[in-house]
Amino acid sequence: MNNTKTLYDGGKVITGLVIFVILVTLPFWYNHGKAAPEPQPQLTAKAKAEKACVRPKSIMKATHMQILNGWRNNVVRNARRIWETADGKRFNMSLSKTCLDCHSNKEKFCDTCHNYAAVAPYCWDCHIDKVKEAKE
Amino acid sequence: MKRSRRSFLQLAGVSALGLGLKPAAGLFAASGGHGRAPGEKVLKSEKALKAKQWAMVIDTRKFESAEDLEPLIEVCHKIHNVPSMKDKRHEIKWIWEEEFEHAFPTQELRFLPERIAQLPFLTLCNHCEHPPCVRACPTKATFKREDGIVLMDFHRCIGCRFCMAACPYGSRSFNFRDPRPFIEEINPDYPTRMKGVVEKCNFCAERLAVGRMPACVEASNGAITFGDLEDPESEVRALLRENYTIRRKQALGTGPAIYYIV
Ligand code: HEC
Ligand code: HEC
Ligand code: HEC
Repeated sequence: MNNTKTLYDGGKVITGLVIFVILVTLPFWYNHGKAAPEPQPQLTAKAKAEKACVRPKSIMKATHMQILNGWRNNVVRNARRIWETADGKRFNMSLSKTCLDCHSNKEKFCDTCHNYAAVAPYCWDCHIDKVKEAKE
Repeated sequence: MKRSRRSFLQLAGVSALGLGLKPAAGLFAASGGHGRAPGEKVLKSEKALKAKQWAMVIDTRKFESAEDLEPLIEVCHKIHNVPSMKDKRHEIKWIWEEEFEHAFPTQELRFLPERIAQLPFLTLCNHCEHPPCVRACPTKATFKREDGIVLMDFHRCIGCRFCMAACPYGSRSFNFRDPRPFIEEINPDYPTRMKGVVEKCNFCAERLAVGRMPACVEASNGAITFGDLEDPESEVRALLRENYTIRRKQALGTGPAIYYIV
């Protein structure tokens, strides 16, 4: 009865394990100390002059995609195109003509956040995102 | 003792029901609701044109040749960013011209008057009263709006093309390719479409919403009349009272809302 617990090919097994662990954790080492900076969406001069968004800023970040969903359903399916904010201001419910009118710097506004959060809204396959350029 | 236990169980049952309902109610709000906070409203413009069933009467006597139709087709395709594809198989059309015998194959064709045999007819989505495409659509991307317009919600279109098979008028086109490179001049006021969705005429829903007539009607110099079929006082009803009109493939029972005075 041989009761000694031998690790056959111990050297190879340990080396293999070490290589495995290094490979698996490589992405962490690779990105070490390079945390992407928090996005800083910039406001255009027009947005700054208008001061307020279509809803208070505190909840815009978390709810803008829900607003857009409501807007498109209301416009396309219910034939309603006017949005009245809680304090009585009116907007045309349009992605390109309203959101991108104030936030015409899409790259420095919408995109900085979305790249950071790795969301890629497919809206721009159809909706015009360069309203000014398209006009020229 | 017995009664109180019974009432306890009743109360427990009702509360459980309530607890079960609350998340369900939230679920409906999330999907069917329109994401509004207290105080926020969605409204129609006061200028919006309203009807129970929009319809069109095309007076073909006022058209002489294809040249008369071209400006109408052009303005529609231009404002809606409809691409012009070179390859016929990829063609996208919202409004187009058709020979009488193709537009009205079930009509008497044997001894056609020369004028009608020569004349190109303007054809577009019929915005049927009983639209077969709406029944075929598995995602409700195509639906009949309360004003009778058969509309497409491009956000829901999955490109299955059942609607194209269902439409007896060939009113629908499929985007086999990304349409953007084939649009000469993009109109920034209307979205384009993308590869993989079906599209068709929308009776200019975006113009009716701001009180304007459809673009083809506006460009037709009075040859096309647009109005409410359900309103006996409307202009279209007056025309239908005074003139004999035909519709495309009526026998199918789809109830086309485009009438032709021939
Ligand atoms: C009238 C001009 C205007 C319109 C229209 C507008 N915004 Fe804004 N938006 C602003 C302003 C101004 C702010 C910053 C508010 C503040 O700092 O209090 C803002 C803030 C935001 C924020 C938050 C940014 C952050 O740093 O947290 C988001 C997200 C946003 N807007 C998205 C949208 C979307 C989506 C639409 C269309 C549905 C839209 N906006 C329409 C002016 C506008
Ligand atoms: C403050 C950062 C921020 C800004 C600014 C911002 N977004 Fe977003 N947006 C997000 C985040 C984060 C998500 C993803 C949320 C999630 O997945 O739950 C998102 C999601 C979305 C979605 C849904 C995407 C999907 O695939 O579900 C849409 C549409 C959208 N944003 C539109 C816009 C538009 C248009 C603008 C500019 C007018 C904008 N956003 C500006 C942070 C931002
Ligand atoms: C396949 C093309 C397509 C895609 C993709 C698409 N849309 Fe649309 N959208 C349209 C069309 C066409 C309309 C109708 C415009 C009208 O009637 O004025 C519309 C209307 C809207 C409207 C109301 C009117 C307007 O001018 O904006 C909103 C809001 C909207 N879409 C939001 C979105 C958002 C958010 C996304 C991405 C998550 C998106 N759409 C993706 C084609 C598209």
